Parts: sequence; C-alpha cells; structure tokens
Amino acid sequence: MPGIMIQGIWTPVRAAYWGIPEHILFTIISVVGVALFFYIAARRINPLLRGAPDVRFDRLPLRVRTLVKYWFGQWKHPRYRVAGTLHLCIFAGFIILATRAFYLLLFGLSDDFAAPGSLARVYDVVADYAATIVFLAVSAAAVRRVFFRPVRYSVPAQFGKGHPVDAIFLLALIAILMYSESLFEATRAAIQIQSGMPVEFLPVLSLPWLLKNAFTALPVATLWNVHLGAYLIDVLTFYFLLCYRPFGIQFHVETSLFNVFFAKLDRGTVKPVRWGISDSQLDQVKSFGVKRFEDFTWKHMLDFYSCADCGRCSDNCPANAAGRPISPRFITIKARDYSFQHFPVFGRTNNSHSLVGGIYSEDEIWSCTTCGACEEECPLLIEYIDKIVDLRRGLVDDGNVPKSIQKALKALESRGNPYGKMEKKKADWTKDGAFQQSCRVPVLDGRNGADTLYFVDSITSYDDRIQAIGRATARILDSAGVNFGILGPTEKDSGHDVRRFGEEMLFMALRDHNTDAIRSSGVKRIVTSDPHAYNALKHDYKDMPPVEHIIQVMAREVRSGKLVFKRVDNDSSVYAYHDPCYLGRHNQVYDDPREVLDAIPGLKRVEMSRCRDRSFCCGGGGLMLFYEPKEDERIGVKRVRMAAEAGANVIVTACPFCMVNIEDAIKVSGLEGRMTAIDLAELVDQQLMREPAREVQDEIVAAGVDAQG
Amino acid sequence: MDILVCARRVPDTAENEIQLNRTGNDIERDDLVYSINEPDNYAVEEALQIVARSGGKVTVATVGTDDDEEILRREMAMGANQGVLLSDEAFSGSDGKGIATVLKGFVQKEKFDLILTGVQAEDAGAQVGGMLAAMLDYPFASLVNSIEVLDGNRLKISREIEGGNREMSEIDLPCVLSIQTGINEPRYVGMRGIRQVASLEIPTYGAPDLGIDPASVGEAGANVKRDDYFVPALGKGAEILQGTNEEIADKLIELMKAKGGLQ
Repeated sequence: MPGIMIQGIWTPVRAAYWGIPEHILFTIISVVGVALFFYIAARRINPLLRGAPDVRFDRLPLRVRTLVKYWFGQWKHPRYRVAGTLHLCIFAGFIILATRAFYLLLFGLSDDFAAPGSLARVYDVVADYAATIVFLAVSAAAVRRVFFRPVRYSVPAQFGKGHPVDAIFLLALIAILMYSESLFEATRAAIQIQSGMPVEFLPVLSLPWLLKNAFTALPVATLWNVHLGAYLIDVLTFYFLLCYRPFGIQFHVETSLFNVFFAKLDRGTVKPVRWGISDSQLDQVKSFGVKRFEDFTWKHMLDFYSCADCGRCSDNCPANAAGRPISPRFITIKARDYSFQHFPVFGRTNNSHSLVGGIYSEDEIWSCTTCGACEEECPLLIEYIDKIVDLRRGLVDDGNVPKSIQKALKALESRGNPYGKMEKKKADWTKDGAFQQSCRVPVLDGRNGADTLYFVDSITSYDDRIQAIGRATARILDSAGVNFGILGPTEKDSGHDVRRFGEEMLFMALRDHNTDAIRSSGVKRIVTSDPHAYNALKHDYKDMPPVEHIIQVMAREVRSGKLVFKRVDNDSSVYAYHDPCYLGRHNQVYDDPREVLDAIPGLKRVEMSRCRDRSFCCGGGGLMLFYEPKEDERIGVKRVRMAAEAGANVIVTACPFCMVNIEDAIKVSGLEGRMTAIDLAELVDQQLMREPAREVQDEIVAAGVDAQG
Repeated sequence: MDILVCARRVPDTAENEIQLNRTGNDIERDDLVYSINEPDNYAVEEALQIVARSGGKVTVATVGTDDDEEILRREMAMGANQGVLLSDEAFSGSDGKGIATVLKGFVQKEKFDLILTGVQAEDAGAQVGGMLAAMLDYPFASLVNSIEVLDGNRLKISREIEGGNREMSEIDLPCVLSIQTGINEPRYVGMRGIRQVASLEIPTYGAPDLGIDPASVGEAGANVKRDDYFVPALGKGAEILQGTNEEIADKLIELMKAKGGLQ
C-alpha cells in the first residue's frame, strides 16, 4: 500500500487520486486556492483605497490592548449568553485549529513534512477536542437558527431579504471541515489498528475517537479510500471557505482582527468632516458628508465587511423598538450588499449612485437618536454614529432637511437657541422671585468673576418646566460652597446636537462663540446639569477648563460629607434611576448618581433591567425634540413602562431632555397619577439638609459625646 | 425660462417679540432679527424647481437698503443665479404702489418670462404682485399653490380658494404670480452655503438706472401713509365648548363643517 511511516505516523504520500499523483493535485489546488483568495482580497480592498482618509494607526499600545480584550478575549460576546457561548467555542476552536489547518495543508505537499515531538502530541489532543467542540457548536447554532429562530435574526420586509440558507450553508461547511479532518485522523488510526501498527493516541470522546471506533471494523482498503477522500474533502472545503468567505458575513473571520484593531478609541466624539482637513481649510472641501459610497472612510467600509449580521445592534436600538424605519444592522448590511454589487470581485466597478434615496431613506437617517446602544453592543466594534452624522452632513449640504428641524436651525443661527427666544432673556430663570432671594446667580460679564462656570444651555434657560432644574442646580452649588456664575446672554447653545444633525458649520460658529465667552470669563472649571452640553464641552470643544456634570459634584460632596440629606418622607415611593445616554454610555458615569441616591436615607431604589450601559434612550435630546418621526409608539413610552415593570413609581433622570420626554411619555402612556419623574438635582435640592439643620447635627454629635463620656 | 422673484426682508415673527416702542409710533426694532418673508422663500424654491426641470435662470430682487442684501445672499446660497438690490434714497417710505413702480423699472430693464412674488409680506398688504402686473399689463394670478409649465408660452396653475379647494387655470407668459406658502418644501440653506456666496457680486440699481421719476416713489409719491401703530384691545378670548366629550365632539364637527374644514 502506498504510504510511509514518519515518526510513527502513517502518511499518505505518493498516493494517487484518479491517476493524478497526490502531491501534484494538492499543489495545484493550493496554488489555485491561494491565488484566488489573494485576487478576491485585492478586489475587496479596492473600494477602501478609494475611500476617504481615516486616522487609525495612532496609539498603537492602546490598540493592541483593545485587540486583546475585544477580539482575542471576545469581551462583548457574553452579553448574549447562549449565542455568546456558542461563538466563544467556535472562535476558540478556530484559533486552536488554525495551526493544525496550516499543518494539514502542507502535509499533502511534501514527502517528509512532519510536526516535531511531544509538543505536537499535546497540541493534537487539544486540537481534537477543539474540533469536536466546534462541530457541536455549529450544529447547535444551526439547530438554533432553524428551530428556535431568535427574533433578532429575522429580516423585516422593508430592509430586504435575509440570507438564511447562506447562514446554514456556512455552518454546514464548518461542520464538514471539522468532520473531514476528524475522519482523516480516525481512518488513519483505524488503518493502524487493522495493520497491527502502533496506534496514534486519540483523546477519549473526541470526534476523531468516536469516528475511529465507528469505522474500525471496515476492511483496510476501504479505510484507505475513506482516508484519502477525507483529506481531499478537507482541503477542498478549506479553500472553498477561504474563497467564499469574502462574499458574505463570514468575511468577518478575516476582517475582525483588523476591524477591532482599527476601532474608534474615543467615546462621545464625532469625526471631523474629513480627517486631515482642519477647520480653517473646510471652505475648500467641495462636498460635505457622505452622499455616495466612496465618501465613507476606508475604516467605515471595513465595518461593512466585518458585520456578522448578528442583529445585536438593532435588538438594542430604541428607535427600532419604537417602529421607526431604522435598523442599524441593515444600515451596515445594505451598504455591504451595495459594495459587493457595485465593486464586484468579478466584473466592472459601477458606482456613483446616491445612497440616500437609494439604499437608505431620509427618514431612516434622521430617526437615529445617537444614543450609542448599537455601538455598545457590537462584538466587532462597528461604528454607527459617525456614519449617521456623515450621512446627515450630506443631506444638509444638499439642503434636504425636514421642515421642523430647519426652523430650529434657523432660530439657532439668528438667536443662538432653537426656540428663537431672545438672548437678553437667557438669564430670566434666575429672576424667579423666591429663588432670587435665596440664591444669587451672578452673570459673568466682566464686572463679575468666579472660578466656576455653570453652563446652563438652551433648554434649561428657556423651558418653563426645565428652569426648575436650573434653579435646583444653582442652589446645590450654593450649598456646596461653590463660587460660580453663568454667562447669561453671551451663552449660546452648546451646538452638541447641531453637530450630530449634520450642520457642522453652524456648530462651529456656536462653538467658537462660546469658546471665546468662556475664555474671556476667566473661569477655571465648568459645571453643567445638561449631559449634552457636558459631552460637547468635554469632547467637541477644544482647550476648555475641566468640565463636570452636577452629579459628579454632588457625589464628591456626598463623599466629603458636605451634602447631607433628610429622610425621604413618602414610604410608598420607589425610585428608578434612568441612565441618560450622554452621561452613561457615552461618558460612563454610572456610579456617581447611584451613590448620591443611596446616600438619601429611606430612599427605596430599584434597577430597571435595561440600565447602565444597556440603558434605553428616552427618545433623544437637542434637535431630536423638533423631529417628527414615523413610529409605532414613542420611545419614551417604552421606557416609562420599563420603569413600571421594575416596580418603580418615580423615575429619576439626570438630563433635561430625558425629563421632557419622560414626563410627556407618562401622560401619553396613561400612567399619569401612578408615575412621576424628578431630576436628581431637584431631588437632592429637595432632600438637602441646609444651615438651620446644622443645629440638629450638632445636637446629635453632642449626644454621641455624652453617651461615650 | 428667466424668472424674477421679488423678495422682502421682514422681522421674523417666530424669533421676535413684537412690541410697540415707547413713543408708540412704531414697533420696537432694536432687538429684532430679520429674515426673508416666508412666502417669498417658497417662491424662490418654486423658481429653482421650475428651472431645474425646464432650464433657465433665477434672479431675486428686493427694494431696500444695504441691510436687505443679506436675504439676497441667502437666496443665492439656496441656488438663485443672481441677486439684485434696488436701492435709492428716493425709494424710502414707499407704499405698495411705489415698490411696484420700482420693480416695474427693473423688469423693463431686463427680460423675464415669469415674475413671482410672495402672496403677502408679513408686515405689508398683499398688493405689490397685483399692482406690478397691472403696471406691466401682464396677466396675474394670486395665491398660486402649483405651477406646471405647459410649453414655452403658457403655464397651468392652481390657486388656493376657500374650503381647501383649488381653481385650475392656464395663464400666458410673461405673467406675474403671487405664491402661497405650502406650494413646495423649501430646501435648507446652511451656514456653509452662505459662506460660499459671501463674496459674490450683488449689483445695486438706483432711480436713474431704472428710469424712475423720484416723485412717483418714496414718501413723496405715496398714496398710503401710516397713521398709527397700536395693540388692539383684547376681546373676550376663545370660545370654550361645554358639555360631555361626545357633545363637544359633535359641536366641533358642526363648527368645522360650517367653516369648510370638513367635507
């Protein structure tokens, strides 16, 4: 029988397949396979070379750490327990088996290739179990897809067709790969048994071991044919998969490493109109934003390739849950399908179609609240907010803006706030009779100075309901002994949402105006009660004094003992804290508000199941309040119901826009009378023990001393 | 098709609080923000859409002073090919007829196939369009809410009339139309667009350029003079419907039918 023993392992060399010598056949297969793969890869890289520039090679040590945590460590996967575990098995298996795949391929090419020594044996055992686990995992995944059909895999008709057969086909191919390589080993061991040769070790209950026991009884000649056949199938499947993967979601097997390495490192920021073009050079840019596919940066195009179509993003998207015509998953998949169609591997490139009005609708692009839930969930760290902002920039550049938003933008341009209210009335919220007597809020206009600026922003200054949050914040700062003032009429809107709605130049005008005003005031730090303003001052503005949200100030003063609270007097109130997107997810302030709430004696607090980084957006702030979306149910209504489900009857917010949306939702959902909302600053202001109560504290201290003495 | 849109800069009603000044002879103008009269903006958008379909160019003109140039630039940023300022000391204090006279002077200087005005200026009398047409002896239609180009010489237009109905007509070119809001959805003009037209040339024409006798315009030529500004006395307020929800709903439906809100 043709074959030789190498280090005790029987090797199929100088075998022949239908007359073709084995090493010639596999050399041809390998050359064709590798060449084809490189050609396909080059064609896939082609559109990226035409894309806009992106800055992704900076901070290499941080990028390596990100890679280790999110790619190698599969950090985000366990957020979905079942799918995450399955994927961990498949991924770990792939990493372990990658070495063996390589080894096996080379096997067929050379006469005397063999892995050295006992390390190989240990590796082989591990690899055998890995193959078994992968086989079971893909089988489980296939069963899950066919019989259990998780909702997030389904494809609503408006977003196109799904690829269910493709998904099963790919799982099947992986299963075949595992099976054939196990069969290869199993038949070799069976041959060894049958021929009385030393039998290689196969670990108990691994797939190769099971197959060996199943096949042992067959005659050697049959075993030999099965053995050769298994090898051929293994190699063909391997190369087929290699070349097929770039045509679908399996491409993420190759691109995931790069996608995670090049991931966005800065939360809460928005990319510039074009990397490499400074603000002053912007006038030279012919077209703003993304209008056609090539306007995306190369990294965003890589994102499209890397999507595994898992649906976790859309599953967490509040706009999608409310029935708005947006699904982050399909923003990516449609773009990927577009690139496959217009930059095909085989065939000519045909491009220059407009994306919005083509694969995307305008409503789709305006529906996003920029809450970041999608980005938080994606295991491949695919970005969405920058793409939405870029698409909006393109729409704004073409004048294609919904009417209600045009009105707000126009008011922002003429009056510096979206309500069109007069500048000279910006500080009127401080002039409320009772308030003015208890708390002095100086306007920092050159005559007055202070070390801290309370940046109030538009809604807190002008909205009748929200002004109460401003006053509560001012009283808290006062009680904490902070020397602060406001800018008053010279303060314009922070521009945070102007930027995220794509009006970059108006944003820059607002930012530059405010930057000057802040610098002229000479303040050394900034406090705000508005998370959108907080995020803007921290990430969109440059060279600002340190910025804090009032919650961070409160938490610090609670820890230092400066803020002490009265007992809550309503025993039936159950409080749930709603994490605002721009304080929570985008800036990761989760513990401070909870610390403050827990410092209030007698306060009963529950957590909603969607909290912290899984918090469910209230519906959106800033300019989103002016947008009239098509939706089945208001996003805020869903959130208010979540609070009721958690057993709460008071929702605590920390953002003026959340307050507006939630109070509105309470009325709309019919929960009026059974649910209320309060801002954390209002609650703290209400429960704060102030000066007169110091006497009570002194008495308590004195009583304590007496008791000891 | 060469289209002229006559525009006016007015205090923006959404972004101002209109109050009488201390002497009571005008509104307080210190803190006002201005913008293009809304119906005029719709007219420019309509002109741009017509030209995008049938070719041609759009000119926007205003009778005013240097301050009014900003609206011309804004409409140029929107896509108008040319802005023109008609300015002269003699024009100041013009009534509707005076403004129409100045515009007529400009129309006769150039050649336009179609002239659009807004149906009414937020601070004026809905008269300039009609007067201009009469002076030019052109056909005129007001409250136009749709325009279709039939061939080089005619338009099919629809006018808004009571009860939400529309009157369809054909009108010969050249003509004057006054445009009602809602005819289209005007595109957004952003800061970027305005910066891009910031240094474009806007020609200014005075009375001699347009062949206008100063005595026929301005305060001198005005037949209508403003007598007084005052805040009207407050009436008894809105009508509050009483009764059960069903009764109120029934009354509401009756009222809406009577006023033409329901068919």
